[in-house]
Amino acid sequence: MTPPTSWKGKIMTRSLSRRAFLGSSAGLVIGLTLPLAARAQSGAAAALQSGATGSAGFAPNAFIRVAPDDTVTVLIKHIEFGQGPFTGLATLVAEEMDADWSQMRAEHAPANDELYKNLAFGMQGTGGSTAMANSYMQMRKAGAAARALLVAAAAEDWGVPEAEITVSKGRISHGAHSSGFGALAERAAGLTPPEDPPVKSADQFTLIGTDLPKLDTAAKSNGTAQFTMDVYREGMQTVVVAHPRKFGATVAGFDDSAAVQVPGVVAVRQIPQGVAVYATSTHAALKGRAALSVDWDESGAETRSTEQMFEEFSQAAAEGGQEAELAGRGASGIDGAARVIEAEFRFPYLAHAPMEPLDGVIELREDGAEVWMGSQFPALDKPTLVQGLGVAPETLQLNVMLAGGSFGRRAQDTAHFAAELAEVAKAAGGPGAFKLVWTREDDLQGGYYRPLTVHRMRAGLDAEGALTGWDNVVVNQSIMAGGPMAQMMQDGLDPTAYEGSTRMPYALSDLRVGWAAQESPVPVLWWRSVGHTHTGYATEVFLDMVLEAQGKDPVQGRLDLLRADAGRDRAVLEKVAQMAGWDGTKLRDGRAYGVALHESFNTYVAQIAEVSDEGGMPRVHRVWCAVDCGVAVNPDVIRAQMEGGIGFGLGSVLYDEITLAEGGAVEQANFDTYRMLRIHEMPEVMVEILKSDADPTGVGEPGVPPIGPAVTNAWRALTGRNVTRLPFARALEA
Amino acid sequence: MASFELNGREVTVDLPDDTPLLWVLRDDLRLTGTKFGCGVAQCGACTVMLNGMTRRSCVTPLSMVEGGFVTTIEGMEGPEYDAVQAAWGALDVPQCGWCQSGQVMSATALLLEVRQPSDADIDNAMAGNICRCATYVRIRKAIHDAADQLEG
Repeated sequence: MTPPTSWKGKIMTRSLSRRAFLGSSAGLVIGLTLPLAARAQSGAAAALQSGATGSAGFAPNAFIRVAPDDTVTVLIKHIEFGQGPFTGLATLVAEEMDADWSQMRAEHAPANDELYKNLAFGMQGTGGSTAMANSYMQMRKAGAAARALLVAAAAEDWGVPEAEITVSKGRISHGAHSSGFGALAERAAGLTPPEDPPVKSADQFTLIGTDLPKLDTAAKSNGTAQFTMDVYREGMQTVVVAHPRKFGATVAGFDDSAAVQVPGVVAVRQIPQGVAVYATSTHAALKGRAALSVDWDESGAETRSTEQMFEEFSQAAAEGGQEAELAGRGASGIDGAARVIEAEFRFPYLAHAPMEPLDGVIELREDGAEVWMGSQFPALDKPTLVQGLGVAPETLQLNVMLAGGSFGRRAQDTAHFAAELAEVAKAAGGPGAFKLVWTREDDLQGGYYRPLTVHRMRAGLDAEGALTGWDNVVVNQSIMAGGPMAQMMQDGLDPTAYEGSTRMPYALSDLRVGWAAQESPVPVLWWRSVGHTHTGYATEVFLDMVLEAQGKDPVQGRLDLLRADAGRDRAVLEKVAQMAGWDGTKLRDGRAYGVALHESFNTYVAQIAEVSDEGGMPRVHRVWCAVDCGVAVNPDVIRAQMEGGIGFGLGSVLYDEITLAEGGAVEQANFDTYRMLRIHEMPEVMVEILKSDADPTGVGEPGVPPIGPAVTNAWRALTGRNVTRLPFARALEA
Repeated sequence: MASFELNGREVTVDLPDDTPLLWVLRDDLRLTGTKFGCGVAQCGACTVMLNGMTRRSCVTPLSMVEGGFVTTIEGMEGPEYDAVQAAWGALDVPQCGWCQSGQVMSATALLLEVRQPSDADIDNAMAGNICRCATYVRIRKAIHDAADQLEG
């Protein structure tokens, strides 16, 4: 088995042992289940309270609610923003309950760290493509416990042995008896759940591995899905905040005399994050903000341009950085090699740009507060709100809402948006409801970017063309350092800064990976696939250059170089080559083909891109994608995530960069200057999922890393030009 | 102040003339299916029909709507819309869902104009609607499927 290749991998290893522990101690889920009379603080109470169906239902645990009308609602502990946990986790429950898919519903679990923690994190939150991986056994156990209770209730009611009862597609049957779940719910609620209900073996699955209609499709197609921005409370004010144009600047003073004259503007308040404008409508708030005049204290601000930062990062790279990985004689065999291959890769800051910008609604009442937001880390957002408002934790309810995308943007280790929301509410000076909205300009200029990164790469070849060393120095800001997750760093290393450049699947016997940490007031954050966004590109483009220098075929060369224990990497590479009909021909009818292989979050992905030259920019016609993510719970969701990950990654390598001008102000403001991939630029995508009985791993992020290097490798084959500075649009105009 | 027909009903709103239709719909009339994505007609999340044509409501001042008829996702109906909804459902097009009202509006408008749109027709009609989740492969297929369903 391939060792974990990342920090996330380490977490997963820990979660597995944690899961084993839970299994041996009868399970968290079941342990939370108490008889109804004693359920005031139990998970079951939480499941019942958050339902709209009243108290007539049956909640065997914190995750499942069975209503008298037979509907089964699964409380989803992970935020749904397109990656599919509503459908995925409901599938696990339905499978073990032997429910009919048509009776299944899903809704977000509320913020409750104890009941709804991510078993991979130890706190409630979504990220690292862990939703399916950490929930796989937990949700199945929850479903199995619910089924066992319903069967026991039926046995009691009908006076027949439990062992003779069958359950199929939501019907519980014995001889002439037959019942749905709802009719037995009340009796089941009075029974004690089994301590460790058995779950099915893979050959008994009837839903897992099949294509089930997604539970959230209809509401998201007809406009009825409720997102944070769709929450309207009585008397609610809309709030926008004037933020500094330079990172690290603070308010020195402001003139709101024109702003308060705007009809609809209710108040203007200074908060730590900027100047907040309160209004009766969004339009009035925006006009009020436009009429503000704010003086900024820029003494602590980032004033470097991104060009300056690249130069400084590049100099740091030459010094080698802190050692992150060493094998054999490291990089020492490169100097003096018969041939030295070198490249410096430059990756810009990237904004996540979820289609729903950051937003939140807070209602302050005399007896507490209620908050609605697309909270990706409720475990961090809720305490931040509680602390910011100075209220007792039990008086604040945080409702997790559907979110219009995230791609990492809502996974805020510093909970900065919740902090701003709390400040806005506090500064209002009394009870009321407030909706804080970031505009697209706030979003693109507001930081929390994918870190600007330099990779300095070198490899040596001896006279026979054999590798004498591999050297990769990564230079960027740490996402973890300085935040609450800094405690996860070891020896001063933040593995998310270089994950994917270490523990590669290739047999590189002499290798050194260094990391040189940089600092800046520009806040940085995980961006869909985190470190792999740049390490996948740098390593797979550079490897292609090395193979080219060796005169080897990109696919066969990789296969030859893969370690003996990299079986899953090998299998996806062989599969994608077969899918694309790879025969070593890099060019065919004006189209070139490039390949890339990259594992992230324990999911293995290989892609081949077909590229032509359209007016000096790559036109990507087709992409073949092979993925191994263990058991494919929802194959169509996996395909969709690969398609989407390819489009997301392609748009960024072709067009996207956030740049700071001389003086430090962000140069992009909206989608006219920060260009999204559009439909006519989307390639055809063919996905194959490898059959596996390994535990499922995530698919939200792993589709992203390979597309950039696959396109660039094809582009180099087509044009002879390499692209070591992203995006393409900038590299090709230079 | 303006009066117009909204989803078949006459409405009168007392708001400044420069108020974008998007915020009239959302903040004042509480029709939240129409989404805010950019505010500058770059993303298409706010697409509505104004006098039978697609229109970005975020840059459409209330004054322009006076006397006109507006249809939002909430008021859509007819065989083209039904076919689009069916195709969207069959292919599970949405991921995060935020842009999908706008996508559905543009797709329905296309089918009202062109019964069997080519890929180029789809590119032209849909290029103004950004999907950050990149559900484009399925949007394209769903439009073709909806067209086929309307023919059949």
